[in-house]
Amino acid sequence: MAYALQQLINGISLGMIYGLIAVGYTMVYGIIGMINFAHGDIFMIGAFVSLITVLLLQAGGLMAGPAAILLVLLVSMAITALYGWSVERVAYRPLRGSFRLAPLISAIGISIVLQNYVQVSQGARPKPMETLIPGGIEVMRDGAFVVQFSYSQMLIIALTLGVLAVFTVLVTRTPLGRAMRACEQDRKMASLLGIDTDRTISLTFVIGAALAAVAGTMYLLRYGVIDFYIGFLAGVKAFTAAVLGGIGSLPGAVLGGLLIGLIETFWSAYFSVQYKDVAAFSILAITLIFLPTGLLGRQEVEKV
Amino acid sequence: MAPDSGRPAPGGVILEVDGLTMRFGGLTAVSHVSFTAARGEITAVIGPNGAGKTTLFNCITGFYRPSSGAIRLHRPGGPPAELHGLPGYRIARAGVARTFQNIRLFPGMTALENLLVAQHNKLMAATGFGIGAVLGLSRYPRAEREAIGLARHWLSATNLLDRADDPAGALPYGAQRRLEIARAMCTEPALLCLDEPAAGLNPRESEELARLLLDIRGQGTSLLLIEHDMGVVMTISDRVVVLDHGKLIADGAPAAIRADQKVIAAYLGEGEEDEDLEVEA
Amino acid sequence: MSPAAAIRDAAIAAAVAFGLFAMLVGLRTEIGPQSNLILRQRWAAVAILCAIVFLGRLLITWWLGRRALRPTTAAGPWTARLQQAGRLFAPAMLALALLLPVLPGVGRYELDVGILVLTYVMLGWGLNIVVGLAGLLDLGYVAFYAIGAYSYAIFAQYFGLSFWICLPIAGILAAFWGVLLGFPVLRLRGDYLAIVTLAFGEIIRVVLLNWTELTGGPNGISGIPRPTFFGLPFNASGDPDSFAGFFGLEPSPSHRVIFLYYLIFALALLTNWVTLRLRRQPLGRAWEALREDEIACRALGINITTTKLTAFALGAMFGGFAGAFFATRQAFISPESFTFIESAIILAIVVLGGLGSQVGVAVAALVMIGGFEVFRGLDEWRMLVFGGAMVVIMVLRPRGLVGTRTPSIALGKRRAISGDLVGEGHG
Repeated sequence: MAYALQQLINGISLGMIYGLIAVGYTMVYGIIGMINFAHGDIFMIGAFVSLITVLLLQAGGLMAGPAAILLVLLVSMAITALYGWSVERVAYRPLRGSFRLAPLISAIGISIVLQNYVQVSQGARPKPMETLIPGGIEVMRDGAFVVQFSYSQMLIIALTLGVLAVFTVLVTRTPLGRAMRACEQDRKMASLLGIDTDRTISLTFVIGAALAAVAGTMYLLRYGVIDFYIGFLAGVKAFTAAVLGGIGSLPGAVLGGLLIGLIETFWSAYFSVQYKDVAAFSILAITLIFLPTGLLGRQEVEKV
Repeated sequence: MAPDSGRPAPGGVILEVDGLTMRFGGLTAVSHVSFTAARGEITAVIGPNGAGKTTLFNCITGFYRPSSGAIRLHRPGGPPAELHGLPGYRIARAGVARTFQNIRLFPGMTALENLLVAQHNKLMAATGFGIGAVLGLSRYPRAEREAIGLARHWLSATNLLDRADDPAGALPYGAQRRLEIARAMCTEPALLCLDEPAAGLNPRESEELARLLLDIRGQGTSLLLIEHDMGVVMTISDRVVVLDHGKLIADGAPAAIRADQKVIAAYLGEGEEDEDLEVEA
Repeated sequence: MSPAAAIRDAAIAAAVAFGLFAMLVGLRTEIGPQSNLILRQRWAAVAILCAIVFLGRLLITWWLGRRALRPTTAAGPWTARLQQAGRLFAPAMLALALLLPVLPGVGRYELDVGILVLTYVMLGWGLNIVVGLAGLLDLGYVAFYAIGAYSYAIFAQYFGLSFWICLPIAGILAAFWGVLLGFPVLRLRGDYLAIVTLAFGEIIRVVLLNWTELTGGPNGISGIPRPTFFGLPFNASGDPDSFAGFFGLEPSPSHRVIFLYYLIFALALLTNWVTLRLRRQPLGRAWEALREDEIACRALGINITTTKLTAFALGAMFGGFAGAFFATRQAFISPESFTFIESAIILAIVVLGGLGSQVGVAVAALVMIGGFEVFRGLDEWRMLVFGGAMVVIMVLRPRGLVGTRTPSIALGKRRAISGDLVGEGHG
């Protein structure tokens, strides 16, 4: 019981990270219908920018208190958003309206570029960072087993919920959100109605990258070790989460992220660590067989 | 068998729709519709917008599974095929071919290729399901020659022989419509179903279409068509079925339909259609 | 654009570049003396990068004009020439490939590169059946390559079967897995199919990695039997039972390389021959029709499931053949050779070559894999260049090198069909 509770806490905090990345996938998919394969690597960039900012602040003796963490988060969001924007501008915008596989290949190319760019500029070795937020509260004690709800996990959950709340308001209540939804429905019509679709799409990438940066910072704080390759697996998992939830659906992305996080954690805890990815992917495949458009995806009506 | 068919059809019944109902969630698009189409005739289904024509059509051609009711295709010398229980591609194999309201050709393939794809099942059987063909064995070359012959026949019948090697997507609109009919005919159907074949055609093209459809009937295929163009419907149809709000409101010869008060009332509800009717009347 | 505006534009680009590079290039994280992380500053590199971006942007806007970097699907001057010379070009490439081992100046290294390129040509042609003809997006093609390789390795190791018996077994097993995967997922559309195939590829890799008793786990399988020349082994003994001895040749290690070269050449040609042949058959036409419009196919009585499955199975089978070849050539395989990036590279070859075009795929494999080998000295930089090249080629030619489709049959003369008309599938 205590063990299960601990797994639940771990699973939810991991799921939140997946969910944040998945939102970026699903947003881009919703608006331009492409799989942004480089999104996982954008997350990795976010983690690296956070790490470098932390080291800078430590060198200046300023790395203390919540304000410093907030600063790290903001710097990471800003720089990562710039990466998101540049990638869209250079590799995807010229292919707008072109045929479907071209942006996909372009995105895979960008993913390779970003990974190797970081490998070249930062080195291939994993970067261990000392724990910034140690400790936690003891939730329950069952014999020798202590259920620990660490402060970093609390931060992840609180911050994710906060960011998602702001994001939801942004998408549902603001003119930008309206423009995004309009582009999602019918890009040509939206541009005829005077919406600057290029700008809207750029902003979608910027927001998606900023969310990935939050996820990257959280990942760094929680796990403490990053390398240039973390983006691939996290990206694939987050993409799986987005599809599981129903790609294009924002609540679906968060739900999918949570599910993938929980499945992975519980599978590792009770069955085998090696096969946790197999479990996550198998559940995705089984779900899609019965619900071909994911859990919360809109059912496509075949028009004849 | 048919509840109110005015006169006995020369070749008997080909299609029997019996108590067909189609619901989408709470909406009933087609409700208890029964009629028959006679072999060797052109049967038209008309009705105002939203009357349920296309839904009916999609049920017959297997794109929707009806909520209740039966659709039977009668075949000479065999039991009728129960279309309502068959998967889509089986319906086509049973002898029902169709065209689409918004043309669905294979745009990147040539007109000739489009017609050969239509003969896929026959050709596949001749290749020994692919294996013999790769090895160059089997009766395939002859089967292909025959298939090209049939394609040629329908290309010339639809006046497209000189465009045979052009990609279907590059043909003008009217030619695409004709090519779609030719493609459907290459499946050698017993019943050809046409979804608004005259939509978007100019008067001259409509006239050509009417001649083509009569020609197809002349070669022994029965036709079922949905049409808005009253000119076409009234001149070529042997029998007209009228739907309104998902219900069958009239069924008879064109002349009788023209005089039917219920039909006129149904169309008067809609501005455009009743003008067409008056012009013809 | 006026010079002032161009310079301002380039300055903005340089400022963006500074934002991008300042942290990740300017500050390098390194493990310090107390095994903690420290930062090393490299501002010169940042300055150089910003200068490159500034000048590059200036050149593009000023010198070439903006139109030069527009994507186009129209046939460029050289594609048109390529098509005109198509009748000559393909046979010329074929002749070159055939004669490569006997050409002067071609040594062991060149042959090894040739073998590698031909392996990817074969994989590209195999995947082309699935993606290019049937329009099904498969991101896990490497799984079939892996299944083929491991089938060969395991059957040869545990049962001592010869390469020529294992080859068909590898192909059949891969095809079997193709059907097994295809059956439940083929009703998924587009990107859902993409992620499931990707997941399948990862599942196969993870299983290979962890099923240690059978696959050796991360250590892989080594000592896989080398192929024999129909029973005659390649060795230096000079015995009458060895290849060299039997034919009365001087024993030489290059015999095996040349044999391997011709083996993969023959396998690739087999793939090509079957594909070209099927394209002119009803099955191949049905694949293409499926790519163009699935609903219309259904209305014509084509069984969509079996048609898709045949494409999947056939593509998988050729992947399996290539895998068996890979295993026998390397004599060692491990899950590391079958990562997602392999699938991505094969898919990139198909798309860069031009979907459905056999010549295009061959050229793309030659350029990508051959080019990649040429830059071997650049180490970690070459993956960077590789990814960048993928982006640049796609941006300039989204439809690939050969963007047109040749009809499979014609009453008169066959004319190429513009890529704009050709569908790309939704599956």
